[in-house]
Amino acid sequence: MEERSAGVFSGKVGAAFLIPALFFIVVFLIFPFVWIFYLSFTNQTLTGAAAANPQFVGLANYARLFDFERWMRAGEFGSSLWITTRFVLGSALIGQAGLGMSVALAFYRRRGFLREMVYTLAVLAWIIPEVVVAFCWWAFLDWRSGTLNHILGSLGLGQPDWLFDHPLLSIIIFNTWRGAAFSILLFSSALETIPPSYIETADVVGASAWQKFRDILLPMLRGHVLTDLILITLWTFNVFTPFLLTGGGPVFRTQLVSIYTYRTAFKFFEFGKGSAIAVVMMLINLALAMGYLTMLRRRRVTA
Amino acid sequence: MFKVKPLLTSLFVVAMVLGTLGGSVMAQEEITLTMTCRCVAGGVNNNLVVWLTTYVIPTFEEMMAEQGKNVTVELVEFGGSDEQLKEQYALDLGVGGGYDVFAFDGFWIPEFVEAGLLQPLNQIAGEAVDEWEGWEHIPPGIQAIMSYRGEVYGIPAGTDVREIFYRRDLFEQAGIEMPWQPTSWDELLDTARQLKDAGIEIPLQINAGTSMGEATTMQGYFMVLLGAGDHMYDFDEGKWIVSSPAILDALNFYYTVYVEEGLGDARMQLVEDGRNRSFEAFRDGRIAMLVEGDWFWRSVLVREMGVEDRNALVDWAMMPAREPGAGYRGQDFVTISGGTGWVLNPNTEHPQEAWELLAYMSSRDSQRAWELIQPRINFRDDVPVAGDPVMTAMAEALLPLTTVRPMLPEYAQISYEAQLMTERVVSGEMTPEEAMAAYAEAVTELVGEENVIVIPVE
Repeated sequence: MEERSAGVFSGKVGAAFLIPALFFIVVFLIFPFVWIFYLSFTNQTLTGAAAANPQFVGLANYARLFDFERWMRAGEFGSSLWITTRFVLGSALIGQAGLGMSVALAFYRRRGFLREMVYTLAVLAWIIPEVVVAFCWWAFLDWRSGTLNHILGSLGLGQPDWLFDHPLLSIIIFNTWRGAAFSILLFSSALETIPPSYIETADVVGASAWQKFRDILLPMLRGHVLTDLILITLWTFNVFTPFLLTGGGPVFRTQLVSIYTYRTAFKFFEFGKGSAIAVVMMLINLALAMGYLTMLRRRRVTA
Repeated sequence: MFKVKPLLTSLFVVAMVLGTLGGSVMAQEEITLTMTCRCVAGGVNNNLVVWLTTYVIPTFEEMMAEQGKNVTVELVEFGGSDEQLKEQYALDLGVGGGYDVFAFDGFWIPEFVEAGLLQPLNQIAGEAVDEWEGWEHIPPGIQAIMSYRGEVYGIPAGTDVREIFYRRDLFEQAGIEMPWQPTSWDELLDTARQLKDAGIEIPLQINAGTSMGEATTMQGYFMVLLGAGDHMYDFDEGKWIVSSPAILDALNFYYTVYVEEGLGDARMQLVEDGRNRSFEAFRDGRIAMLVEGDWFWRSVLVREMGVEDRNALVDWAMMPAREPGAGYRGQDFVTISGGTGWVLNPNTEHPQEAWELLAYMSSRDSQRAWELIQPRINFRDDVPVAGDPVMTAMAEALLPLTTVRPMLPEYAQISYEAQLMTERVVSGEMTPEEAMAAYAEAVTELVGEENVIVIPVE
């Protein structure tokens, strides 16, 4: 009571306001997490004998995931992780962040029809429902009847079977297109905060475009870049939409970890093993988030 | 005072009338039954929708109304794959929900029963089930489709057989004599080579890979494996055969067709919607020979081509063993049967009415009406195949040769491993030997060392 709280409400009222939120966090976040953690040590399934009498199997589910003799085989956990890593690098870090930065810089301190158009289209790609987007892309990329191959064909270029011969590349391009809007918007608004006088001064001393980017814009944007990278990394790591495009195939070549989890838990109904994968995924997410927080904190200290 | 009395009396009368009305409404309690199947008007299994909506549902509702019951039946069409439907059922039943009456593949029964998701019919609807007139018209072998460990979980809808369908026009183009019936794999492959030389794009398509699910196991892997002399399961020993010369022969057949000689289109087996694509390719004359179930003949081809074109353009042949007498049980030709049916939901709120609907659908009159819409091998011995001599010929030639899948809860997982094994071969990811070793390893892990048989390969 001695301590003066800076808030509007007293401690008791504040606690009362917290209760509903805490209730939902416990029911929808903490309880499922504990439950999944528990399930990951059982052989629980939805069908078959293990559904009625699940047994405690210790670390067997985890041992099976990290069975290094098989782990890089198509469809196994290790190969899924490797595919996911390439997917995140390609579509989030290079694709979305790279495209976002390029577009933001290209329209830096510019106005006009072209800018409005690009921004509107990017935001549209971002907000259209996933199923619709997946269907459009499927119709776009289809080998025989897809729009893309019709265009390529009429130009006399080859007609590759995108989803079959280049499945990972296809979903990387798809996800770049799908999510670039966030980075574009974030970087654009970050650029707005930089005082124009900095650039004007640099112009006076005759700095090149690259020098201005490297020595003025980038250092001032570092925080935003970091925030952007970590957010899109986490989102992309967990994204499931490519499933609607390729189903994880052909031959598991686009089986991201999220798809692997889904297949295990809901196609084969192996909830125990599926939970083990979910726990590992959660730990990876946690590690990524920790890395991000540490970097942010370090930046604040040095700034 | 006497003015108030009539008013009270009339109020009393009105209340009485309302009361009786209310009472009769209560007696006519409205019951809604829901049912579902993999069937869509104008799409997959369209005939089923036609039969249900124009015959079964209206006449059943009428019959119920005559008995003084107000029953409405609602059909929910499901357009996804069999695998997705199974997923839906497991999740629905797992949380105590789901439709009252639903179409069900017989081989799913063991794993659903073991999980406590299904119950025997007579436990759900009581004595009425045991007293049903239909049972004595369903042969025991057919009843077994929807039974497990001596209990009956559903009424079958029919059984099926598998064979090679071929395009007469393409055979003519390649100068192959008809009627055509290969007696060994070599003859079958020679025909495929001949078709290829004549410029046919895809001479022979036989299912492989995981994306086609059970269609790979039944129409693909089993047809080759049985031809090589083995079943997946040794019924005498009660064990799974996980490694054998026959499995290797089967995989080598796939290897020849898809990898070595390109007689089939491996791509179609690896993409998501490959089965539909194979149907279209056959319709468009790009596939010459397709190994499929009779469902392809009576449902898919009718939808894709119409009956007239189908009868003119398509013929069928039995799947030969590797060489005469080398097939399963020493047979010259092989096939395998599955079967689907209808089950009741243990969670239904109206078990009696749901059972009455199921029994009504399976009555002789309803099944005769069905045969007029789609002639097929009926489950009732008092309902003949109506007006399709080809269907009748298939049934007569192949039913004596047929076999079934083991009705065991672990079957679905092992079947998936078999699909994966064929996928590894046709995608070129593994050699037949490596794929068989990986299969043996996975199945042994599933059922335990004591439940598998390894027959050494010389």
